Amino acid sequence: MKHLSEEQLVLYYYGEEEGRRPAEAHLQGCAECRRQLEGLKSMLDAVEAPPLPERGEQYGAEVWDRIRAHLPERERPGLRPRLWQPRLWAAGAAVATLIVAAFLLGRFYPGGPHPAVVVQTREQVRERVLLVAVGDHLDRSQMLLVELTHAPESGGTVDISNEQHRAQELVASNRLYRQTAEQVGDASLANVLDELERTLIDIAHQPAQVNGAQMEQIRQRIEKQGILFKVRVVGTAVRAQQKKENRKAHPAAGPNPGGKTT
Amino acid sequence: MDDAAAVAEAQAGHRDAFRLLVERHSRNIFRLGFRMTGNEADAEEVVQESFLRAYRSLARFQARSSFSTWLHRIAANCALDLLQRRKQEPQPSPAVAEEDPEQSPEERLPSPDAGPERRLLSGELRERIALALQQLTPMERTAFVLRHFEGRSIEDISQTLELRAGAAKNTVFRAVQKMRRSLEPMRAPR
Repeated sequence: MKHLSEEQLVLYYYGEEEGRRPAEAHLQGCAECRRQLEGLKSMLDAVEAPPLPERGEQYGAEVWDRIRAHLPERERPGLRPRLWQPRLWAAGAAVATLIVAAFLLGRFYPGGPHPAVVVQTREQVRERVLLVAVGDHLDRSQMLLVELTHAPESGGTVDISNEQHRAQELVASNRLYRQTAEQVGDASLANVLDELERTLIDIAHQPAQVNGAQMEQIRQRIEKQGILFKVRVVGTAVRAQQKKENRKAHPAAGPNPGGKTT
Repeated sequence: MDDAAAVAEAQAGHRDAFRLLVERHSRNIFRLGFRMTGNEADAEEVVQESFLRAYRSLARFQARSSFSTWLHRIAANCALDLLQRRKQEPQPSPAVAEEDPEQSPEERLPSPDAGPERRLLSGELRERIALALQQLTPMERTAFVLRHFEGRSIEDISQTLELRAGAAKNTVFRAVQKMRRSLEPMRAPR
């Protein structure tokens, strides 16, 4: 008697129609194949889906808040879609390139003397703008983490709804910066942003009101990961690079002509 | 407003209709993303990227399948792309949970005739399963999750992953074989 193959047993287990009837007929008369099927079933039955992290009723609205700013403008019916798509992609690529440039400037720009650059290209201006954007993002993240670790308790609970809302906003921009860092192969920066993103997501999905013990857990997680310190280090590096770029762009001005004053 | 009407509105350029679809399907896509990637941050990325891709491709959506099925296919491909990207990044070798020498193999995995309590997965078994899933190739993991956790047919998997039915079947089969090999040491002797 020719026994059922392992593949046939797998298909049978999953209830696939292909070959089901002959397999059924064979199994009725073959103890060995029934034993094999039982073994397979006991293994696959034990493979249960991992427990799903909680996502509340408002999750869909949160997702919408995160993505809506990134949705391209849809054209109204009547225009040919292909007319605008290449332009959109080109614009997207240009933005991505500029962000890449901003990261690369921060990471690889040599520190030695350079001839003064008097005339700036439009790209250089954009790069400076993007450096500011990354720096601001890190500043805002840092501020959020600091506030959260020092949030005051009131009546045994802490209201972190404001911090959660800000964390949700930061997640989307963080993801963009992290993906860009990954694309240019800047693993160390991508890793810090990756850790920051996990922390932000974690904060965003806590209850709006947490008790003292829950608050302590959040603080401990932030401290254990050392994420605040890492964000400070990266943020400082970006700011230093930003100042250097400003000096380069305005060689005649003071040491920090365009620096952020906040 | 049902999905078909919302899609038609969204195709006509009404963002609020797309918003409805996002709000309606986010949790399901998160579930798929989490099962496929095994972590929360990656699952969130899958959710975001899936809806962005869906929005960009909305003009090409035709009601041959339901919006939900179409979106799940997009999400599965987003997760597959992410898994492939992650695989190219250097990863620390996964730590295998050490077996407790005082625990017999019978105690680690429920035997086929075990009662409901015994069938509850222990933390260790859960770790083993997570590790076994990590050891699958991105394609195998995708096919396995779609078949085993999501209950998708081989035909649907072949369409989602743009494989021939035979190749989809082989991918699921290879994944099951690998899972079996990884979990075999924990199986109770019959």
